[in-house]
Amino acid sequence: MSDFELLLREETPQVLSALVRHYGHFDLAEEAVQEALLAAAQQWPTEGVPDNPRGWLIRVGSRRLTDLLRSESARRRREENAANLAAPEEFVASAPDVDDPGGRDDTLTLLFLCCHPAVSAASQIALTLRAVGGLTTAQIAAAFLVPEATMAQRISRAKRSIKQAGSTFEMPPEAERDARMGAVLHVLYLIFNEGYTASSGTSLHSAELTTEAIRLVRGVRRLLPDDGEVAGLLALMLLTDARRPARTDPDGGLVPLAEQDRSKWNKDAIVEGEALVTDALSRTQLGPYQVQAAIAAVHGTAERAEDTDWPQIVALYQVLEQLSDNPMVTLNHAVAVAMATGPKEGLALLEPLESDQRITEHHRLEAVRAHLLEMSGDLDGARASYLQAARRTTSIPERNYLQSKADRLS
Amino acid sequence: MKYMLLIYSNAESWAGLSAEQREGLARSHEELAKELTEQGMLVSSAGLADPITTRTVSVRDDARTTTDGPYAEAKEHLAGFYLVECDNIDQAIDYAARMPDAKYLAVEVRPVMDSSGLEM
Repeated sequence: MSDFELLLREETPQVLSALVRHYGHFDLAEEAVQEALLAAAQQWPTEGVPDNPRGWLIRVGSRRLTDLLRSESARRRREENAANLAAPEEFVASAPDVDDPGGRDDTLTLLFLCCHPAVSAASQIALTLRAVGGLTTAQIAAAFLVPEATMAQRISRAKRSIKQAGSTFEMPPEAERDARMGAVLHVLYLIFNEGYTASSGTSLHSAELTTEAIRLVRGVRRLLPDDGEVAGLLALMLLTDARRPARTDPDGGLVPLAEQDRSKWNKDAIVEGEALVTDALSRTQLGPYQVQAAIAAVHGTAERAEDTDWPQIVALYQVLEQLSDNPMVTLNHAVAVAMATGPKEGLALLEPLESDQRITEHHRLEAVRAHLLEMSGDLDGARASYLQAARRTTSIPERNYLQSKADRLS
Repeated sequence: MKYMLLIYSNAESWAGLSAEQREGLARSHEELAKELTEQGMLVSSAGLADPITTRTVSVRDDARTTTDGPYAEAKEHLAGFYLVECDNIDQAIDYAARMPDAKYLAVEVRPVMDSSGLEM
């Protein structure tokens, strides 16, 4: 990402907030900001970055929004005239003050709006990346491997749903704040995951999403420095992303945690992530992102795989199970118990999952079982489970990995 | 997640439709495609020409053979597909169930593989 591209992305939520505060009409303002960003991307590289980039963007965005509002109100007037109604003179406004857009940062309000519960997760992600992240529709479409027209529709649809839900540009009421904040953090987490799980080489565009997610969470943290879960999520992302250089081999194949070349891990990210989570755990309310980050920190600070403090990880998974009812947590807990105590104890933890509808058909249950059976010496059983898991996954790199594990046992 | 909805048909089920039913079928697909497009869920969709027009290609020892007709000798054939982005397979199943083809024969829902993966 070039410097000025980063500048544009940083300015996006500020410019959009300024327009929405002044004119309302989140949906059209968002459209106008996109056009201002595209204009800047075309003009700035040749004409140079203006002295007041935010002012420039607000001015260009306002002009575009004014046009959009005019044609919108002309359209409405035509419809109303047809119904013999008087045409209200509804649109009179001066441009927002470009030099002093209020000194407020409304990024959070924007995030709450983009991650509105009336919108599907896929659309929340797309709208967040465009309205808050400043990515273009083409970039988002490339990252999610869909045609640009499909992504454009998804974004318009999301804005329509928000409008229909009657949501306005203000912070959600106090009573809803926690749940809505949870939705915002989840969307940022999903954006990160989308990028992190992309195998290198095949989708370069998606890998950039991890950087973008980290940038967005850093922005939220600046506004909410005392929120433990925001810190926890940032720490989790940093500690996970630190492993990215080691998680795939040159052919894009997956390298399991235990076999990764730890000298390739990003030490700075690990140090920052560990410090963040340690601080959050010591002074804020405990939450699932902090615990997951703490687990990632235990892995991240082990010099070698065999130095991993498994009893500590088991204890953390026990805490995490108390905080969230999620069969994936139980799966990881089982692996940790197998490492700390033995495979038999780990396999015993899988038993209740056999009847858990949420996971019975999931390839991860079979993959963990395979791993634990292999540890216990039941190689035939392990092979059968690896093959079953390979057939169940919808991920090509995971299928290749599981298949190769099965091959090695035959 | 992307899902492929595969529409199956056979010569009899198609021939057995009245002109009205065929029109209804076309209309249903038009509406469904429009709705999926507006939701930003449609990646691609198309109907496939009659199997009579199919060529099946196979290469053995670098020698190419091309035969007329489909590969699998079945009464049923693939008549069309939708590639859609859904939250989960249940949502994809709901869309498949709305196709009249599900009433006449069947629609298959299959997850599409992707290149993302998590190390274990």
